[in-house]
Amino acid sequence: MSDSGEHVLVDWPIAVYEELTSLEVSQVSFVPDAGLTQLINLCNADPAIHTIPLTSEEEGIALSAGAWLGGVRSAVLMQSSGVGNIVNMLSLSRTCRFPLFILVTMRGESGEVNEWQVPMGKGAPTILDVSGVNVRRAEKEDQVARLVGQAARTAFTCGKREAVLISQSVIGVKSFNK
Amino acid sequence: MEPVLNRRDVVAELLSNRGEAAAIVGLGACVWDAAASGDHPLNFGLWGAMGGAVPMGLGLALAQPRRRIYVITGDGEMLMGLGSLATVIVKRPHNLAIAVIDNEKYGETGMQRTHTAYGVDLSSVALGMGFSVARQVNHSEELRASLKTWQESSGPVFLNIKVKADPLPLVLPPRNGVYLRDRFVKALKSND
Repeated sequence: MSDSGEHVLVDWPIAVYEELTSLEVSQVSFVPDAGLTQLINLCNADPAIHTIPLTSEEEGIALSAGAWLGGVRSAVLMQSSGVGNIVNMLSLSRTCRFPLFILVTMRGESGEVNEWQVPMGKGAPTILDVSGVNVRRAEKEDQVARLVGQAARTAFTCGKREAVLISQSVIGVKSFNK
Repeated sequence: MEPVLNRRDVVAELLSNRGEAAAIVGLGACVWDAAASGDHPLNFGLWGAMGGAVPMGLGLALAQPRRRIYVITGDGEMLMGLGSLATVIVKRPHNLAIAVIDNEKYGETGMQRTHTAYGVDLSSVALGMGFSVARQVNHSEELRASLKTWQESSGPVFLNIKVKADPLPLVLPPRNGVYLRDRFVKALKSND
């Protein structure tokens, strides 16, 4: 997102999409975030991927477990506020050692103008950590796809729970014309 | 109207003549009901993750489009995940059938009344969401008449089955999540 609130096409979503498809991810579920728009559009355009909009992020954690039982790899996309909605459902992934890959776009970090985003912006990494999800943070655009590839590969091949948090310095700040 | 159906009989009926169907069973008494009808490697019983049965069934149904996928869960568990019924409708999996075993109580926590005891009608909710079939089942004749729909109709199918709230003996299936997971995957592969 640019300062004027317009979407500017960037490169990292294409690279992330390519990482996910190379790992044969075929279910992508999400509660949308402005910063995820381009990636969601790429997944929507791919007939080999089921894209599944969720009413609440916790559905994505259960969906991912069901997909894995059925032999399919899944990715769950959400904004940092969504991390607060998944905490109990993570006990499913953790107790049964289901692979889980989560991609989180951060709000509430430096430059945020909406105070309501700050609590989960601050809490998301810690909440994921204490819930047994390994956290990797992408602070620069050119780190995103590499970290996604590493995290998703570890999740699916080692049966781990992995999240990549994309910093607001990559996504940009929603300006509300302030 | 007082419910007349016995939940153990209902779940045993739902799981009879199942062919290659796989079942996600929601937290609480439904897991004991499924165990009472006979432990099965393609029953995945949840001992937690309240609200997760339907979305887990959705992920499985999309991953296994040629296999019938059942979700059997209680009214309390379903109420916690009502939004997931809307998510099911986005994908409309033809092979997904959901049954709520509705005793109008939170059975594992002291039989407190759930929202269905106050008039919330889950089959109307499912109808409004857009399910292909959404009906309430009150009597054994209605249950028998719904079994073919449950097993074969193009979904998503939703049955809300009113049952008595009698206390029943616990019948516990395995609860080690990794064991449940591994035996499910193995059984799925063996008859893929």
